Amino acid sequence: MRHFAAALYDAGPRLKANFVRPRALRATFSREAGEGIGARMKNVLPVTIVVAALLVVWYVGALVMNTPLQRDFFANAGVTNYSAEDLAIADLNMERPKLPAPHQIVAELNKTVLETAPTSKRSLVYHGLITLQETLLGFAIGSALGIALAILIVNVKVLEKSLMPWVVASQTIPIIALAPMIVVILNQFDITGILPKAVIAAYLSFFPVTVGMVKGLRSPDPLQLDLMRTYCATRAQTFLKLRAPASAPFFFASMKIGVAAALVGAVVAEVTKSEDGGLGARLLAGSYYGQTVQIWAALLTAAALSATLVGLIGLADRIVSRRMGFAR
Amino acid sequence: MNARSAADLAPPALFGAGVLIVWEFVVRGFGVPFVILPAPSVIFLRLIHSIPILAADFVQTIQGVIAGYVIGCGAGVLVAILIDRSQFLQRGLLPLGNLVSALPIVGVAPIMVMWFGFDWQSKAAVVVVMTFFPMLVSAVAGLSSAGAMERDLMKTYGANYGQTLRQLRLPAALPFIFNALKINTTLAMIGAIVAEFFGTPTVGMGFRISTEVGRMSIDMVWATIVVAALTGSLFYGIVALIERRVTFWHASYRQRGA
Amino acid sequence: MLSPLATDGKTDVGARVIDVADLSLSFVTADGPVQALSGIDLAVERGEFISFIGPSGCGKTTLLRAIADLEAPTSGAIRVNGMSPHEARASRAYGYVFQAPALYPWRSVARNIALPLEIMGYPKADRDARVAKGLELVNLTGFGKKFPWQLSGGMQQRASIARALSFDPDLLLMDEPFGALDEIVRDKLNEQLLRLWDVTKKTVLFVTHSIPEAVFLSTRIVVMSPRPGRIHDVIACDFPRNRTLDIRETPEFLEVANRVRHGLREGHSYED
Repeated sequence: MRHFAAALYDAGPRLKANFVRPRALRATFSREAGEGIGARMKNVLPVTIVVAALLVVWYVGALVMNTPLQRDFFANAGVTNYSAEDLAIADLNMERPKLPAPHQIVAELNKTVLETAPTSKRSLVYHGLITLQETLLGFAIGSALGIALAILIVNVKVLEKSLMPWVVASQTIPIIALAPMIVVILNQFDITGILPKAVIAAYLSFFPVTVGMVKGLRSPDPLQLDLMRTYCATRAQTFLKLRAPASAPFFFASMKIGVAAALVGAVVAEVTKSEDGGLGARLLAGSYYGQTVQIWAALLTAAALSATLVGLIGLADRIVSRRMGFAR
Repeated sequence: MNARSAADLAPPALFGAGVLIVWEFVVRGFGVPFVILPAPSVIFLRLIHSIPILAADFVQTIQGVIAGYVIGCGAGVLVAILIDRSQFLQRGLLPLGNLVSALPIVGVAPIMVMWFGFDWQSKAAVVVVMTFFPMLVSAVAGLSSAGAMERDLMKTYGANYGQTLRQLRLPAALPFIFNALKINTTLAMIGAIVAEFFGTPTVGMGFRISTEVGRMSIDMVWATIVVAALTGSLFYGIVALIERRVTFWHASYRQRGA
Repeated sequence: MLSPLATDGKTDVGARVIDVADLSLSFVTADGPVQALSGIDLAVERGEFISFIGPSGCGKTTLLRAIADLEAPTSGAIRVNGMSPHEARASRAYGYVFQAPALYPWRSVARNIALPLEIMGYPKADRDARVAKGLELVNLTGFGKKFPWQLSGGMQQRASIARALSFDPDLLLMDEPFGALDEIVRDKLNEQLLRLWDVTKKTVLFVTHSIPEAVFLSTRIVVMSPRPGRIHDVIACDFPRNRTLDIRETPEFLEVANRVRHGLREGHSYED
């Protein structure tokens, strides 16, 4: 996802210098969307094999990393007479392994997602939904504000000169460091529950969306803008007929970054305010009690959530850009 | 050029100064509680008085950042070059790289803390994981960015794979690699600070923020955030400066005129 | 050399479309000011086809842009239909065709042609009728639903001409509209443009690099020279309005072309 960000606030001006048509732009902005269905199909086999290879590496890694631990267990339990096979099987089924084997995580996911009631605090669905709510609420607030600010910046010269450098600079600082403090400050105002975490999610998605949308609204080339001038088009007309449609690819790229950033914000906020649950709270609890399997399960759930949200936006992107003729 | 950049800097500088002044007056005038928002002057004083602590935090955190950044970015470029000759590996790894780039990788922090302990090594490990994939994806895109005509030119010279890589494709990939390097500065800072939320020896920026928040000394939190922001901007600035030196030929710098 | 048809084209005497007086224009760049235009005087009457020709940097595009109110002159005066360029732009006095088609990739060809009509507030039915007429005018009937990038370069440029003509301005400003096209396509479009000009009786200002193109299309050719951009010579070119490509073989054509070439050579120095 971050390479979208790269494209947005760095490659943008570079590409413009070379007068790139939307297609080339799309290829840079979202590789997946740039690839056609054919290319996707061609990728299936390689991806499958690479994933399989990764699984093998994972199992080997689990064996290597867990063996010393398991040997100690055996030694403490007074078990001395065990074969290599016993050791390997034990390695891959430890309760608190250093690196849990994939099947353990699948079992944990199965237990906490499917077999536990979604209302239970032991259910990952329960925690996932909390994170999802925070992410979506924060993303909605953050992206709406980001788009509004981008429109303002593009239309008000003073803001562009004075505010935009700060927005761009904000990309270079770890704003996530503010998360714990935001929770405390909002607590002073008696704002609790999912809202403080949504605020952090909003805050994280706000800046990349602003930067991306400013780029997008500025993406029309000088010729296209001159054309509107020859028509004596009003600002509003130039915006509606040129800037807004031209920003469509940037809009979707921004939304993808924004939603991924919102999820990171929500998870980190949950780490700092863990009493209300959420996937971040599961991560923290797992790390307190050494429940590695639980950490991995929560991590994979967060990953799946993020991939799904980004994927949905990607789908909307593909539909809209086909309608608008951006995708050929 | 100098007069121009000064003119470019003036409005944001004025705006920033304005914000600070308004902030100061609002906090003092309306008596905003200290825990909600301390005045900039208070934060500044706290910063000045806490330089030894903040310096120690900085050193602790920056170790993990730099070590992880160098290893993660280096590995990203290396793997990109390694899989460069194999279409198959590229097709298999790139979609995964793209996918992973969209995931909340900071979540690996608790795992890394378990594996590599509380000290900076675990933070470096988180940074490695966070910076590797963006670099891999960018470097692969960069290596394939050289134009067909330039490649044909190398062919007419009978250049071998290594020569083409060194003379044409790596230089052509540099703007892409630097893009990832710049993005990764921020990711590295984020990774190290968040990893410190999960456990650290009693020093480090992330540790400072989470403990001082717990003790409600919000001015110290702000002071640490100022240091983190300065560190992040400086880190980014240094990489951007190197980029400008190394890829001065690229259109994005050329067009700005002599 | 004056043919009866050519004088016919100038019967609308007194209807002055463009009046440029002592126009100068300089740009501020990082290396200091650059004098793009200096002491330009030019009068254009209704129904004329004026070509501007000259080497790169002679200011021909800048002159066109100044007339279109896309650049502000440093000194001197421009009148378009008796109005200032800004008033002329506000009253939608001209259609502008750029070097590139500048079609919006997210709009179909028909909707691209309708763009100025939408902005100027034409009702839907009128828009549709004008788009259909415009497509027919540039031989693109049947391509209205296509997207620009599904068309060849020549077709794209024709669509952009249809777009400029859609609101029926009396004045057409064209900045090297065929510069990026190959010679065969360019010949064909030249012929079509000429016929269009003949039928619609519009005034055309046309920037070009090509001597044959200028001679073939124009009633007058303005030869410009660089550093600073100024008018070196104005050459009359009075072939019949309904000329065809064949006239390019005639001695008269070649003579005018030679005069233009001489003018360009005199005005151009290779010192730098």
